[in-house]
Amino acid sequence: MSLLARADHCLIALAELFADAGEIMVSPMGPLPALAARLARRTFAPDLLLTDGVAALVDDDGVVEGQMTYSRVFDTLWNGRRHVVMGASQLDRFGNQNISALGPHERPTAQLIGARGAPGNTVCHRTSYWVPRHSPRVFVPAVDFVCGVGTNRGAKGLGGLVTHLGTFDWGGPGGTMRLTALHPGVTVDEVIAATGFPVAGVEGEVPTTRAPTAAEQALIDGLLDPKGRRAAELG
Amino acid sequence: MSDKRSTLDEAVAELKDGMTLGIGGWGSRRKPMALVAALARSPLRDLTVVSYGGPDVGLLCAMGKIRKLVFGFVSLDSIPLEPHFRKAREAGALEVMELDEGMLQLGLRAAAWRLPFLPTRAGLGSDILRVNPQLRLVRSPYDDGEELVAMPALHLDVAFVHVNRADARGNTALLGPDPFFDEWFCLAAKRRVVSCERIVSTAELAAHGPHSQIIHRGMVDRVVEAPGGAGFTDCSPDYPRDEAAQRAYAATAKDPGAWQAWRAAHIDRTVEASP
Repeated sequence: MSLLARADHCLIALAELFADAGEIMVSPMGPLPALAARLARRTFAPDLLLTDGVAALVDDDGVVEGQMTYSRVFDTLWNGRRHVVMGASQLDRFGNQNISALGPHERPTAQLIGARGAPGNTVCHRTSYWVPRHSPRVFVPAVDFVCGVGTNRGAKGLGGLVTHLGTFDWGGPGGTMRLTALHPGVTVDEVIAATGFPVAGVEGEVPTTRAPTAAEQALIDGLLDPKGRRAAELG
Repeated sequence: MSDKRSTLDEAVAELKDGMTLGIGGWGSRRKPMALVAALARSPLRDLTVVSYGGPDVGLLCAMGKIRKLVFGFVSLDSIPLEPHFRKAREAGALEVMELDEGMLQLGLRAAAWRLPFLPTRAGLGSDILRVNPQLRLVRSPYDDGEELVAMPALHLDVAFVHVNRADARGNTALLGPDPFFDEWFCLAAKRRVVSCERIVSTAELAAHGPHSQIIHRGMVDRVVEAPGGAGFTDCSPDYPRDEAAQRAYAATAKDPGAWQAWRAAHIDRTVEASP
């Protein structure tokens, strides 16, 4: 399957994270999650609240619906009516996430962006993850620094995980990472090889993620991403 | 009626080694870069810096001014990782207090409200508590008995913020879409230094409406007129981020020659007139 078709499957999987979100704010970090939130709102999740990435809530046409300064973002996240999709430099099997630094915290081998709002997000509202390049470097037995907390450290509710190989949740034994669907053409062995710890859900028949419907594809190609830039994160 | 106008270097000359400095703005947005550059060329040292970090932190790291950094992130926004900050961290050159970015805000608010701490769930279960053993938990005295993080007040000796307009007495107008947490930096600090794009009359400030006049003269000790004072960072609506200038700055982290040239052009020069 082409990279663009794979990106479309990722896009739908990301959009479906918001299927039951209702009238709450979603904060998708990264280009493909942002596209997915807009697609979800134009189709099966019309009540989602989305920001312009600066300081306002905006509707499908970019008309301002309300104020969303950073101060209001904290109000919203502590209130709990929010679903965020974050990236991860490292994730363990319980969904503990690291975006702070690799190596010892007092002198990192690689300093990253910092914990940002991940600790607060994960204990206050639903959090999902997007990892465009699924590899053992990301999916590690233990993260170097826990920013977003996982199921074994008091996460309020981990939503889903979408990677370039498939979709996952933390419904495995003891709240561990579980494969829920593979993108077409991906094998269970590829997932096992790309994950640095045992993944649940790899026995038996594994569902396949869906392609966009004709109406969704028309929206994606005609309006949301006519230049086909959505594959860039995967390549 | 006090006239609080000052030059950049005069405002910085009033500070002392070892002070705790809070810097307004967010990432690479409305950072008081002219004040930061003035501090960078001063002899001041051993500072504790509290910031929603951007090039302010990077520049002060590169100049060796920071002993301890209190932060939730350091980023140039369009360039996600701040290269000078990375370099300093990877060299082990900084003591750090890394926080969830919401905890940082609560620390400023606690200081502003003269409270010892504010309770929050942010940080629970995370390694923020592991690397900051000074952070304590507190149990709700009510029936819920919930255990929460007691985020301590972040008291500042001095705050730097950059605004769009100010008058000579220290009233201001923020004209961009987000005031960030600048008011809380001012309220948490003993000494408040505000730079602005332009000094205007109080009547001109008032024309922008009270919603933009968040920081008033009761929260300000020094006013510096510094056109372009946010440097290459976003200062909407006066100017957007200068992406090319930011890229040039970022590139200096890997090129000592380029850094010397950048430093000569942006830090060491002192082009100022007294008000």
